[in-house]
Formats: sequence, structure tokens, C-alpha cells
Amino acid sequence: MRPILRREALALLGAAAVAPLLPMFSVEAAPLAYTLTPRKIVDGVWMVAGVPETITMKNGGAIANITIFDSSEGAIIVDTGPSRRFGMQLAALAKELTGKGIARVYLTHIHPDHVFGCQAFGAEQLAGTEGTIKGLRDFGESFASAMYGLAGDWMRGTEVILPTRVIKDPVDDIGDRRLRLLRMKGHTASDLVIFDEETGIIVAGDLVFLDRAPTTPHASIPEWKVALANLGAIPFSTMVPGHGPAEESVRGIEQTRRWITDVEQLVTGAFERGLDMTEAIALALPAWTDGVALARYEYTRTVMHLYPKLEAARLPLAGGKI
Amino acid sequence: MNLTSINRVHVAKRVPVLEFSDAYWGCCRHRLAVAGHDVAMFFSRVRAGALPAVLAMSMALAAVPCCARAAEAGDPMNSPVWGDLAKKVFAGAPYVYDERVKVIVPSVVEDQAAVPITADARGIGTVTKLAVIADLNPIQHVLTLSPDKAEPYVSVRLKVEQGTPVRAAALTSDGVWHVGSTYLDAMGGGCTAPAMARKDADWTTTVGQTQGRIWRESEGTARLRLRMRHPMDTGLAKDGTPAFFIERVDVKDPDGGKLATVEMYEPVSEDPTMTLLITLAPSATAVTVDGRDTAGEIFRANIPAGPLVR
Repeated sequence: MRPILRREALALLGAAAVAPLLPMFSVEAAPLAYTLTPRKIVDGVWMVAGVPETITMKNGGAIANITIFDSSEGAIIVDTGPSRRFGMQLAALAKELTGKGIARVYLTHIHPDHVFGCQAFGAEQLAGTEGTIKGLRDFGESFASAMYGLAGDWMRGTEVILPTRVIKDPVDDIGDRRLRLLRMKGHTASDLVIFDEETGIIVAGDLVFLDRAPTTPHASIPEWKVALANLGAIPFSTMVPGHGPAEESVRGIEQTRRWITDVEQLVTGAFERGLDMTEAIALALPAWTDGVALARYEYTRTVMHLYPKLEAARLPLAGGKI
Repeated sequence: MNLTSINRVHVAKRVPVLEFSDAYWGCCRHRLAVAGHDVAMFFSRVRAGALPAVLAMSMALAAVPCCARAAEAGDPMNSPVWGDLAKKVFAGAPYVYDERVKVIVPSVVEDQAAVPITADARGIGTVTKLAVIADLNPIQHVLTLSPDKAEPYVSVRLKVEQGTPVRAAALTSDGVWHVGSTYLDAMGGGCTAPAMARKDADWTTTVGQTQGRIWRESEGTARLRLRMRHPMDTGLAKDGTPAFFIERVDVKDPDGGKLATVEMYEPVSEDPTMTLLITLAPSATAVTVDGRDTAGEIFRANIPAGPLVR
């Protein structure tokens, strides 16, 4: 037997020192997997429901609804979810459901729970409005770091991908499926709504929330109200909201309108009474919001979104540099 | 509660400890963050090839003795830096933990560069100073209010660099600071992000502009809300801009009588926005607000006060 060389001995010693730490890494390395359960809306159209929660290290950010359409050219997917990992699983699911490849992927708007699964798809498959692409260019990196902070390891390897297909036409024909692309705004500076002519299914993106409180970090409430009025005039069969159950009713439109109207009134009223943000945050919410998931949480966020704008616009100018 | 005996616990009977410089604690703060809840994230981002280096580093860090240091006895926040920080901010004066001093923070933070907080010491009698402190900020002292003719109450926005205990400390006439504490959960980055104004070439034309409004609350009391345009550069931002901030705001009645003074420091958010509760005679028609920044610029605003509307 040859003697153990000094270098080998050192290596052995090093390994012995490191060994007790290894379990920590094996825990970290356990593969995370989302549970994607498709629910058939009609033949050839499925929804993968997001959970009515905030983004956490438990749910990995899978909080937004995803829609999958079948077509003679392949699967059409609306929104890609929160992470690279989610996108991979979504692509596999869409292929399995349709038995075909991916024909097209639409992004409804810039928010990170809707757009960070894009790495699973080819850039030429990804379609978004000019506003969404610009928004991702401006905010994508900061969204990504926020998501890493909130969802942790679920985000591993996730990067910002900009769609190369800019939505300009009002209609996309993909094989036998004709989709009307409605460019609206209000929840963000650009919100894409997709209406399927054959089934009458409408994918509303985050212009509509149902039984889950709407989010407002990039909202313009007056524009949002206009968008909801327009949505209400469309004779759809089923509406897939950005968050919450798909329903045949207009409940999602009405609830979203009521929420943004009531919350805006509450916040504006608080400002006009001279309250500061912490006091506005502590106000009671209307009783009807008791059944709305995350009502208090989203109201708190909304106060922080709206207050600085109100203060800048409405506190009278009283002086300056002398 | 027997304040005298509590004072003794925190002042006379304090266990002597080694002195560390601020810079040393700065390093500790970062390391503590890594050693705590961030560890999973930290390792999840490390490439496999860097593993031995990371292991070596973590073992080296674990060997540094300062982690073994106990938090200040009785501190409800169990903060590793509070003991030395309190000594510095209170200049050695005695202090007690007092739940009657409220510090209110939101349960969720939307903007790490503008976290709304309220410090409220109205429950403990006459207060001569009210300080706001964020333990784990790179610059911890946020502001000190001297409520000459005002309630010991201030709402303001602050920048945070990570989740941190936030304190409201009220000095009573017997020379004792009463400290209320809460924990603010936040991701951070607010102190090192460049001011929004730095993206706007025209910020110098609006700097110092002061907006304000007064709400009469009762005969003799009023609520003053203020917003002053200023980049409030911390000097820590990645763009290298040196510290530049409003350091003092004086609120006076029409006769020049002091109502309140606020000494501000770097952690106060860009475009400082405040709420104060002032004593204001029913006959007073306005208050004067004088601001001064670290470049010596003086700002002045005259905020009209209408009659009490019932």
C-alpha cells in the first residue's frame, strides 16, 4: 500500500470537515415542483388556477391564472407564470393536453406572477403589446429581484425575457383558432384581453379579479373603470379573470369595479381628512369585502400606491427656496 | 412600573461589554443577515463550483466571536446592535422600554425607500424630544422631533436597507428616554437606491418646494401635513452621489413662537412628507415652516390655517 500523500491527507481532512454540513445542501437541493392542475372550461380550453395567496416561498408565486387553448397549429398559452421552473412545467402540460407543440404564448401584462415562465418558450412564440415589452424592459430586473426575495429557490435560473412578437393587429388567426386581441389599460399601462371567437371565452388578465382583492402598483383607476365598462359590453360565455375562479357571470367585472371604486373613495377620503398613511391603512374596510381573499393586505398596499400621488397632486404649494 | 429600578437595570447594572466601532458593527449586520433567514437564498444562488469557497467563508464567519454577543437585556426586539446604538443616540442617558410609546409600521412594505411610520408618545405626559431609530439601517437615526408646542407625535416615511426593529424614543422631563419598539419586515435596498430626482434633470428647479395643509382638530389644536421636495441623498447610493438632505425643519406660529423642530437625517425618504399635531391658537391664520438642507439652502413656506369647521 502506498503512503497517503500530504495533499490527499489534506483533501480527506477537508472532506471530513465539510461532511456534517452536507445535509443542509441536500435539503436545499430537493427538487421543487409546482402542482399544475388543468381545469377544462370547454373542449380544447383549459385553465390552470393560481392560489388566492400572496407570493410566498411555499407557493413559489403560482398565484395567477393561466389559460391554454388547443388549435390545429398547436397549443396557445396565455401568461407563463412566476418562474422558469413554472414555465417548463406549463410547456410540458400544454403539450400533453393538446398532443402538439407550442404555437403561441401571450403575455397579458408586465406583472411578475404572469411573465417569468417565458424561458420555457422560444422568443418568436412570445407575444406582447408594445407597452408590455417596454414595461418589462424598464421594470423586469427589479421585478426579478423582488421575486427572488419573495419566492426564493423557486426562482432559480429565472431571467427576464422580452417577447419579440409585438401585438399590433386586432385579430390573430392561429390554425383554426381566431383570437381577438383587445388592448386595454388601467390595471397597468397595457393590459391585453383575449377573446376566443369560437367559444366566447374571454381571458381578462388582471383587469378582473374575483374573490381575491385587486392589486394596484401600476394602476390608473379612472382608466381601469373605462376598461371594465368596455369588458362589460362584451357578450362572453366564460370569463377567466387574472386571479380567482372562471365564471359565466359578470361577477368578476362588478366586484373589481366595486373594489377599486370603494378603495379609491376610502383612500381619497382619508387624505382629505388629513390622515397620514399609517392612519389610512388602519381604517375599516366595507363589510362586503369580508369574503374577498387578501382584502386587508391589498388595501394596505393600495394606500401606499395612491397616497404619494394624492399628496403630490393635492397638498397646496406653500413656499420654497429663499 | 417602578422606573427607577428599571433604570438601574439598564444603566447601573449593565454588564460591561467590549466596545466595537460602528464600522465593525456594520460588518456584523451584513453577516447576521446572511447567517439568519437569508441563508437559503444565499446558498441557492451560489454556483456549484463556488461551493468550497462558500463553505470556507461560512466557517470563517462562524468563527468570528461577535455573534456570541448577547442582545441588550430586556430588549423586546432582541437586537444585536441596540445597546451601543442607544448609548450613542441617547448620549448615555438612561432609558426604559415602554409600550405606551407607539411606533406604527405597515404589515407589508411596498417601497423600501418610503416606508410610512408613525411615532406616538402622547400616552406618557410631557415629552421634550421624540426620536425615531431603525436599528439595522446603515444610518440608524432617522429624526428627532422637539415638540415645543405640539404633541409628541410624528408621521414620516423612511428608507430601510433590510428588515429592522424600528424605535420611537421619547425623552421625558426627568431625563429618561422611553422606548417603544416594533419590527418592520422589509426586503431592503432603500438606502442604497439613488433618489428618483437624480433621474430628472430638472430636480434643482423644484428642490425645497414646500406643500402643506392644516386641519383644525379642535379649539387650539391642529394637524399639519407637509411635503418638501428634496432628493434626500444618503451618500450610500450606487450612483455615488454624496449625502445631501434637509437637516432641520422649524415650525413656528405667526408671532415667531416655536411650535416644533424636526432634526432629520439621511434615512428620511426623498421628498420628506410629515404629519405633526401642533398647538395653534384659534386666532392664528397661518404657520411658518423653515427648512434647511446640508448645503445651507433655506426653504420657507407659509401655510394658511382656516377656522375650525364643525
